[in-house]
Amino acid sequence: MADTAHAAHVGAHLETHSETSTGLDSRKLAIWTFIGSECLFFASLIGTYLVYRGRSLVGPFPHEEWVSPAGVHFEPILEIKLVTVGTALLLFSSLFVVLALNGAQRGRRGQLLTWLGMTILCGMFFIGMQVYEFTHFVHKGLTIKTNLFGASFFTLTGFHGTHVTIGVIWLITVFILALRRKLPPEKALNLEIAALYWHFVDVVWVVIFPVVYLMK
Amino acid sequence: MHQRNSALRRHLGWAPLCALLTATLAACTDPAYTQNTLNPRGDFARMVDHVFLTTVWWAALAFVLVEGALLYAVFRFKGRPDDPEPKQIHGNTTVEIIWTIIPALILAMIAVPTVRAIFKTYEVPVGPDVTEIEVIGHQWWWEFRYPKAGVVTAGEMHVPMGQPVALRMTTQDVLHSFWVPQFAGKRDVFPNRNNVLWFRAEVTGNFSGQCAEFCGIEHGRMGYRLVSESPADFDKYIKGLQATAPPGSATMRMVSSAAPATPVQVSTSGATVPQQKARGDTAAASVQAAPAAPAAPSDPLVAQGEKLFTMKGCIGCHSLDATKPTGIGPNLANVGSRTYIAAGMLPNTDENLARWISNAQAVKPGVLMPNLMLKPDEAKALVAYLRTHK
Amino acid sequence: MATTVTGDLRTQAAHAHAEPTGLWSWITTVDHKRIGILYGASAFMFFLIGGLEALLLRIQLGRPDNTFLSPDAYNQLFTMHGTTMIFLAVMPLSAMFFNFFIPLLIGARDVAFPRLNAFSYWVFILGGLFLNASFLFHAAPNAGWFGYANLTSTQYSPGLNIDFWMIGLQILGIASLAAAVNFFVTVLNLRAPGMKLMRMPMFVWMSFITQALLLLAFPVITVALILLMFDRFFGTHFYVPSAGGDPILWQHLFWIFGHPEVYILILPAFGIVSEVLPVFSRKPLFGYAAMVFSGAFIAFLGFGVWSHHMFSTGMGPIADTVFSLSTMLIAIPTGVKIFNWIGTIWGGSIQLKTPMYFALGFIAMFIMGGLSGVMHASPPADLQQTDTYFIVAHFHYVLFGGSIFALTSGAYYWWPKMFGRMLDEKIGKIHFWLMLIGFNLTFFPMHFAGLLGMPRRVYTYSAETGLTWLNQLETVGALVLFLAIAAFLYNILKAWAGPRNAPADPWNGATLEWAIPSPPQPFNFAEIPVVHSRDPLWELKRERGGPLPEPARVSGAGIHMPNPSFWPALTACGVAAMLIGVMLLPKLGPWGIIAGGALLLFGVFNWAFEPA
Repeated sequence: MADTAHAAHVGAHLETHSETSTGLDSRKLAIWTFIGSECLFFASLIGTYLVYRGRSLVGPFPHEEWVSPAGVHFEPILEIKLVTVGTALLLFSSLFVVLALNGAQRGRRGQLLTWLGMTILCGMFFIGMQVYEFTHFVHKGLTIKTNLFGASFFTLTGFHGTHVTIGVIWLITVFILALRRKLPPEKALNLEIAALYWHFVDVVWVVIFPVVYLMK
Repeated sequence: MHQRNSALRRHLGWAPLCALLTATLAACTDPAYTQNTLNPRGDFARMVDHVFLTTVWWAALAFVLVEGALLYAVFRFKGRPDDPEPKQIHGNTTVEIIWTIIPALILAMIAVPTVRAIFKTYEVPVGPDVTEIEVIGHQWWWEFRYPKAGVVTAGEMHVPMGQPVALRMTTQDVLHSFWVPQFAGKRDVFPNRNNVLWFRAEVTGNFSGQCAEFCGIEHGRMGYRLVSESPADFDKYIKGLQATAPPGSATMRMVSSAAPATPVQVSTSGATVPQQKARGDTAAASVQAAPAAPAAPSDPLVAQGEKLFTMKGCIGCHSLDATKPTGIGPNLANVGSRTYIAAGMLPNTDENLARWISNAQAVKPGVLMPNLMLKPDEAKALVAYLRTHK
Repeated sequence: MATTVTGDLRTQAAHAHAEPTGLWSWITTVDHKRIGILYGASAFMFFLIGGLEALLLRIQLGRPDNTFLSPDAYNQLFTMHGTTMIFLAVMPLSAMFFNFFIPLLIGARDVAFPRLNAFSYWVFILGGLFLNASFLFHAAPNAGWFGYANLTSTQYSPGLNIDFWMIGLQILGIASLAAAVNFFVTVLNLRAPGMKLMRMPMFVWMSFITQALLLLAFPVITVALILLMFDRFFGTHFYVPSAGGDPILWQHLFWIFGHPEVYILILPAFGIVSEVLPVFSRKPLFGYAAMVFSGAFIAFLGFGVWSHHMFSTGMGPIADTVFSLSTMLIAIPTGVKIFNWIGTIWGGSIQLKTPMYFALGFIAMFIMGGLSGVMHASPPADLQQTDTYFIVAHFHYVLFGGSIFALTSGAYYWWPKMFGRMLDEKIGKIHFWLMLIGFNLTFFPMHFAGLLGMPRRVYTYSAETGLTWLNQLETVGALVLFLAIAAFLYNILKAWAGPRNAPADPWNGATLEWAIPSPPQPFNFAEIPVVHSRDPLWELKRERGGPLPEPARVSGAGIHMPNPSFWPALTACGVAAMLIGVMLLPKLGPWGIIAGGALLLFGVFNWAFEPA
């Protein structure tokens, strides 16, 4: 992703003319900018979820029981325990990726591969958990079409899950690079950028989790 | 020389504008414009007009001063390429502060009457003398219900002059906006919620209004008529509608059966009404009900028309009983006496009515009324029948 | 370092950077100037299409009860006119100037991410072509440019029309976001030595603020469109009232995007005019700092006024008051800008060249648009004016009298730099007068048409409304505008046929781009300039006591420039294919999306591992 036209040129002037540049690598600045934009994306999705909280005309509901007109009884649909485990792992993965980055920057290949691998595993577990959760909901009678809760829940968590999936693919790519010894310390930025994105995806979940699962 | 000429031309560029402005301003209160917001006929529209004119005067002042300064600068400081470099000025804090404060003061002058008027727009009159009307938007016509009287009509809204009118508005399908240009402003209508508007008519007469929110193919022709009449005439009108109920049926039954007539607080925030489903049910009921027949028709043409009304399927969508809420199409209980048909588009002449019922699609492409393939004599008979419903 | 622009821009011999030619070179180019020209050419083409659509609308309204257009054709045309002018004409015309001139004005050799820049363009053009392809299916979007729910639901719009619209806008949104990230980083990181933030040319400042608006506004409409997409394709009920959904959610999401979008359309115009006025008044911009901060303040407030588009929805008196006052507040920084522009020409030595004509025309017209804006910042007045031709008049004064006049000014100003050819002054002035007269004749009567009772988006009206003469005046005005654009086209063709003889600095410019040859060489600056003031070139000329000698074209050997790349265009195709695949779900199943996704991944990986 080395896509800077003349990073070298800018670098040459950094010492004497730092006021004409942020001093951050352009790619890093770009990912920060992108994250800023993504905040509004998730804010809109979370906003939509909040607007439609409790406005579903039919069940199943997230936190309340529901008896359908046909007399079928529905338990509250959310499985908070499972998701709490997933949340914890996702949060830990943020720490793991920091350790991996530290390894990359210091040229400690073992540390890099171990913690990056752990990060990827945590991400994959989270995705697996979400796949299980979604299929489970569908079996219990909640699809994206069922009610406003289903629509806003699947849309919000689905888009977050898509972000996690992209993050995992990205981290796997970096992992393969590292495995093939193509991630020397001077290229640690390649991991740092992916890690920034990964932290963002985690932070978003830190907002989504209480809003969807804990708030009644 | 050339530059002087072009400057002159620039000056002349404004001349037609000024002429246009003067001419149009003079025409502003002209009653020739049937939806003229600058010619208010109701207290709400008058209040809005006052606020608007306040802003217009301040804007006109700002316009003259700023455009004047711009033009003056262009003429005064016109230079030539070989002129010496003008004095290089980068700014002037005092001046900049002044021209930040002055607009703020002008805006305050506009803001005060604005805020006062905002609150008034939501002060819906209540009381026994208030005529409440439920306005329901449909693609592409307006339905009007008078819950106190238990009657419903379409395309033509009658109001008593001088008495407060409170509109409670919703829609059966997509968003519309109910606009009463000369009496009030407009409010958008939403499904599952009621919006409010109010006014008091100052004159009698027949006025036009139309939908102002794009609502599909025939949005451009979704009009209605507003008839303001003396309270006595208005009472007569309502009684006439009540009399369209078939003998023996309870006149007031709409009040108990139709959802919008269930008491809904007219409040500043649109209250949610679960009316969709209930409306559908009553619509289905009206399809099965027999058409209103005031008396056995003596005219054979009318008799033929009555038969056609059932045979051609008109009855499937249109009720002839003003005490029953309508189905899919507009209620036709008093269609014979309405001033306009086809959502305010055509004057209600026999010719227009025949044209409309023969093939509505040719008049308004895309309208939901199908082409009935009527032969001319069939159309004539139906017109004759519909004319008996006044 | 005796001079402001260091380095002799005229020497250095040997073999020059070869300037590539041919179709393939355009597809694979990563040069910001060529991408700028691609943006400009595409946007101008869409501008002509959008203009022709408008002309058809005006012909239809030239007579009461006219049947020139069917209601459905009219609805498709007005929707496409709005969508085209906003997303396919004004925004990418601004993007043309961002692309071509931000690097030149800040003294850089390219943007921060040249390939991402190419990607933005290709996504944009695919989105634009896709939107217009709807005409081939007789299914152009037909619910207005803000496509209010629930008219856009499957129940009330079962055809492909809305699908084209929402997928097209999604594609265009991706292009805008990618470009915004790119320019945001470019401005922050690639400025020439000495060009502090508060020395940046005003156009760069306004463009920078615009990128921030794009970054924060576009995600919101992306979500709004995703919800609509799910409603239409996957059976959700976000905007379906019968299942508890609320159509007003669309309005909030749309206008949280939509109002900043208005500033996205106008801020670059502010920037252009702020470059043109000082040069043709031979006097620096008045109140530079105030101009920067008022621009930022406008952008900031722009996120707090969205509900003024919704006064007629009945939000209650408190919300009406808050949004009314915040809207009026925006008039203050806008006023500051107008006064500062007048302050700039005041006391100057005004050179009435064509760019200056258009810049002055911009100020005169924009004042009117601003004043009518204050009129419906007042909710009671807005209850009469909203959704009438008064609003149509207002936003055309802002977007045509504002943006288009300013963009035209920029085109005349920078044409010699972009193409090395001067546009004809005489034809330029004819263009200006035709445009000024045609514009006012078309749009000024619309204020009155609206106040006298003409709602917008109506395919016809009856003679009894008394509005015939106003509409006829407007239609005549539209024909005059048609002539104005014809004059512009003629001017362009004439310049194209003429010799490439524009000097490097035809207007006595103040900014860096005028120090290099017209058109610039691929690497822009043989040596990166060092900047010591806001008007570096004026300072340099003052020190030298006269104009600079014509800079020679140099070899640029040893300057590393990014290689052309095919992957951005291919990745763009993947993005478009994936989104169009969503629309083809009923026909192809998920295979369209999968194919598009595969193409996207393939493109991204090749892009990522391509040696730069």
